[in-house]
Amino acid sequence: MSENLLDVSGLMMRFGGLLAVDNVSLQVKPRQIHSIIGPNGAGKTTVFNCISGFYKPTGGEVHYRGKPIQGMSSNHISLQGLVRTFQHVRLFANMTVIENLLVAQHRHLNTNYFAGLVKTPSYRRRQREAMDRAEHWLRQVNLLEFANREAGNLSYGQQRRLEIARCMVTEPGLLMLDEPAAGLNPKETSELDQLIVRLRDEQDISVLLIEHDMGLVMGISDHITVINQGAPLANGTPEQIRENPEVIKAYLGES
Amino acid sequence: MTETSLYILQQLINGLTIGSTYALIAIGYTMVYGIIGMINFAHGEVYMIGTYTAFITIVGLLTMGVGSLPIILLLALITAIIISSTYGYAIERVAYRPLRGGPRLIPLITAIGMSIFLQNYIRLAQGSRDLAMPALISGGIEFGDPAVFEVSISWMQLIIWGITLISMTSLAMFISRSRLGRACRACAQDRGMTNLLGIDTNRIIALTFVIGAALAAVAGVLLGLYYGIINPYIGFMAGLKAFTAAVLGGIGSIPGAMLGGLILGVTEALTAAFFPSEYKDVVAFSLLVLILLFRPTGLLGKPEVEKV
Repeated sequence: MSENLLDVSGLMMRFGGLLAVDNVSLQVKPRQIHSIIGPNGAGKTTVFNCISGFYKPTGGEVHYRGKPIQGMSSNHISLQGLVRTFQHVRLFANMTVIENLLVAQHRHLNTNYFAGLVKTPSYRRRQREAMDRAEHWLRQVNLLEFANREAGNLSYGQQRRLEIARCMVTEPGLLMLDEPAAGLNPKETSELDQLIVRLRDEQDISVLLIEHDMGLVMGISDHITVINQGAPLANGTPEQIRENPEVIKAYLGES
Repeated sequence: MTETSLYILQQLINGLTIGSTYALIAIGYTMVYGIIGMINFAHGEVYMIGTYTAFITIVGLLTMGVGSLPIILLLALITAIIISSTYGYAIERVAYRPLRGGPRLIPLITAIGMSIFLQNYIRLAQGSRDLAMPALISGGIEFGDPAVFEVSISWMQLIIWGITLISMTSLAMFISRSRLGRACRACAQDRGMTNLLGIDTNRIIALTFVIGAALAAVAGVLLGLYYGIINPYIGFMAGLKAFTAAVLGGIGSIPGAMLGGLILGVTEALTAAFFPSEYKDVVAFSLLVLILLFRPTGLLGKPEVEKV
């Protein structure tokens, strides 16, 4: 179809009388960091929920790699290669760090029961690969030494990084991060910042980001979409957005 | 040893036997609660169906002239597991899955409806009179002083302990080691997130119903042979007892269900030792009330954390 990885056009989400998302369109190109910003309650997370299949959008189309995905269930969407995080940490707190990464590879480990019982060579190989992948990502997010710790006992910043690692072991094409820097201190934020850039540059993936930390957004985004009260307000590079009078008005109020 | 202490020992042995079968049934309640937060009140009926399947299989094999005890026991267990699991799966598919996401009270009501339906279905199909399970296994070991009090452990009790131990160990291994067991644990912690990681949570939920039903079937075969009398109503009381055991241990916790079952069984047996045996149910359910009053999360349960 086009060179867009994700193509959202005319997305609508209505909850009874409330139009939470009104005709939002956005295009994420391969190997880009695309941010969605907007005041609180603008509908950013609702857009995320519609794309990731948490909500069934009431109108519009979502294409991923040219394939329509709107209305698909969330587990099918994630199998297409589109994974997300949430505003609050949703790790499996009672499981160890490594188990969190293995659960995420459930589908990759899809073997039949017989193979599991007799531990055939291909079964062992897949197990090995899953462990290797998990180890690789623990190294990437600097958590290797905590592999056998319970995820719930990690610090908040570490939990955030583990969530990203858990997304990455599924080998996604598009990573959707919902306010990944919320609650992080400046040092942790800058580590996160570097991690996201590295994902784009080294892993060949695109990142769709919702974030309030303007320093982070302006610093790393290739493209920004601004949403206000459910409707798209502006679209462009960080420089264009910074100088857009409409955006300034939405954020600072009428003067 | 004195007569009283030998008598107590005997009752402990009996209590552990009944308790381990309560534990097997309780696991079905606790696993389903752990994953979807509902009490499957039709679970007792799945146990009862297991007993009936075993009865039919055993009588069938005996009339065909199969005399080998291990073969009869094994085939009875296998058929009971298969039939009960099928019922467990079908109950979830028909009565609970279509209602998922609705208010929590609704599946509870269908569960009770399902329970009444299954009870009456078996009553119509198999008759409501008591059936006598063929006595396959008799005898046992006896020790203690014949002049004072003789403690006996029957072979049946040893078989119950052995099979329960094997079932529990395999379940524990499955949950802690296997890929699907990991997915079950993930599902119990955060179903939405598990789904987002590309795991079909409906299949995992169906799997827990099947596992719970299989364990209930094992309990059904064992208790059917132990008591020797079966009727379509045995699922009700067994289900209530196992539910009590699950709550006692902490509903949602598998080790809790095992522990709760054993404690309940022993408590009942000791009550029956010193009071008229009708009081054992009074004590069992008083225990449930006390636990709910003073430790609602059960012995091994964790306080429920509100999910945002």
